Amino acid sequence: MLYREAGQFKTTYGADQSVFPIRQDRIGIALILFVAFVLVPLLASSFVLSAVFIPVLVFALAAIGLNLLTGYAGQVSLGTGAFMGVGAYTCYKLTTYFPQVNIIVLILASGLGSAAVGTVFGLPSLRIKGFYLAVATLAAQFFLSWSFVRIPWLYNHNVSGAIEVPTRTMLGLAVTGPNATPLTRYLVVLSIVTLMTWVASNLLRGRIGRTWMAVRDMDIAAELIGIRLYSAKLLAFAVSSFYCGVAGAIMVFLWFGAAEADSFNIDQSFLILFMVIVGGLGSLIGSFFGAIFIWGLPIVLRATPEFFGLTIRAATVEHLQFMIVGALIIFFLIVEPAGLARLWQIGKQKLRVWPFPY
Amino acid sequence: MDLLYKIFLDPFVQMGTAPDLLVQTLWEGLVAGVLYALIALGYVLIYKASGVFNFAQGIMVVFAALTFVGIAARLRQWGVGPGDVAAYGALVLTALVMLGLAWGVERLMLRPLVNQPEIILFMATFGLTYFLIGFGELLFGGEPKVMITDDLHLPRGALEFKMLGGFVSLQKIDVAAAIIASIMVAALALFFQKTRIGRALRAVADSHKAALSVGISLEQIWVTVWFAAGIVALATGIMWGARSDVSFALQTLALKALPVLILGGFTSIPGAIVGGVIIGVGEKLGEFYWGPLLGSGIESWLAYVIALVFLLFRPQGLFGEKIIERI
Repeated sequence: MLYREAGQFKTTYGADQSVFPIRQDRIGIALILFVAFVLVPLLASSFVLSAVFIPVLVFALAAIGLNLLTGYAGQVSLGTGAFMGVGAYTCYKLTTYFPQVNIIVLILASGLGSAAVGTVFGLPSLRIKGFYLAVATLAAQFFLSWSFVRIPWLYNHNVSGAIEVPTRTMLGLAVTGPNATPLTRYLVVLSIVTLMTWVASNLLRGRIGRTWMAVRDMDIAAELIGIRLYSAKLLAFAVSSFYCGVAGAIMVFLWFGAAEADSFNIDQSFLILFMVIVGGLGSLIGSFFGAIFIWGLPIVLRATPEFFGLTIRAATVEHLQFMIVGALIIFFLIVEPAGLARLWQIGKQKLRVWPFPY
Repeated sequence: MDLLYKIFLDPFVQMGTAPDLLVQTLWEGLVAGVLYALIALGYVLIYKASGVFNFAQGIMVVFAALTFVGIAARLRQWGVGPGDVAAYGALVLTALVMLGLAWGVERLMLRPLVNQPEIILFMATFGLTYFLIGFGELLFGGEPKVMITDDLHLPRGALEFKMLGGFVSLQKIDVAAAIIASIMVAALALFFQKTRIGRALRAVADSHKAALSVGISLEQIWVTVWFAAGIVALATGIMWGARSDVSFALQTLALKALPVLILGGFTSIPGAIVGGVIIGVGEKLGEFYWGPLLGSGIESWLAYVIALVFLLFRPQGLFGEKIIERI
């Protein structure tokens, strides 16, 4: 009744092809942005901001990066964590050499470094496909993890082997480093993620996105209709690594505050792959759902026994948590293999015909 | 020039001047390779019959080994005979547990996910991995356990050979591992080639539909392969456990087996063995002779690079079935 496009007439091509052609969707997105930019900063405590909202946004951005590659271009990658690492280390080196340059510019620029590395490791993708490619991307993961430890230049020869985020200010406010308030960091992360999601959604609607989807659906057929496979796949690797790199940079600079090579290990890659699969392959909003689900589930599980007044040993809770997460992943895949995004779509469809379903 | 010398000449000079070290390194590579091959075998079995890339094989190794040690300790507590009786009893009971696991996986995970794309099945085995990690830690605790090698009558100590102007020492447990691995491979190969179930397995691997239409029960086949993979996991767990401790760190070995797998080809049992040996030997040689040039620890990624180089020439692995694509 409320969610229906009847009566909304489009008189120009521009209006017909806008990102949100339905008025209710536009209102909805405006509401979400209003909540995210105004209500959350007003209401949420610093702890909730830095323990829930910032991580979810960071992971959502990384999940979008992986989704561009795996969900849209069909190339399975298990090297996401390493590409995030490349972004973080690039940003660290850049801010060491150019301390006066605005940190947000550097964060976005560090994505370029990650994109370059990602392109190199995407080179085997023309010869190798499917699971063979997935294992090949593990080469990137392990080689880069090794480099983060073995090349002292990357962490400025620190004795600890970790990168410490220096304080950088913008408009007189500390944005990174120990003095930055969670509120500032949240707003910066939110702005970057919003901007990059908007760019991604437009990228995917255009020629590039359609090329990727053609490659995903059947690469030989795509080649026959005149798509250059190599450049399409490499571009997918580059753009995906760009997103992952920026996600890695904001993860370290605006969330962790310090990081070492272990923050970018294989578990990180798998975690983000989870988010993409649970959220829905080939869906931007699914990336957000996946990040919320995978990051939120352990928090909810940890809070549940306390809520019912049960006291269980911390170790047992952790083991149970592993079991429940595992079981839930299987359950979700059985119930809806296309992910949470598909559930969202079904819900919207149901809403359209409510209250008179046919 | 100096660098080129160090890369292309120096290692070979070293090999020539100290052949005993070379033999020692080759042997270690061979043993590591055989053990990688054992893990890879578990993957191949399941992939061949059900098209599932089973990420959980690594944790199945840990789970099997932990169950085995745990049951043996419990049997001793209950006063079951001398150590070896308890150990072999535990072996049988663990096999039963793996059968139960195989049945549970088939019933609760594979059957509802029939006909889904490969990536979904792959992710489901991730869920299984998480579940088994939590379950294993809940039952047996997270601390490392010692494998009961003596009770199983596995040999200990080292054999020393005098050869090529030096000493080469072989750990007896490594020799035993190599022998047991060869026996398992031979047994599996026979099982696949000669028995009724083996033939049914190959039929399922070729085409699910055709196999169903001639009356082969998919459920039964799947339970069988997962059980076989569980037994392989148990053997692997005992062997690796005897070399170090039984702990959850062992599951990272599963990642080591992946390059073996793609090198040999996902669907080939001999491929797993040959791939394992190539990776094991290449890794040890690289680490020993070229490692110092790059700083140590190149073992962690060298295997992948070796596999990648092979893949560039044969995208389906050395022994994999040729990938034919149609539009």
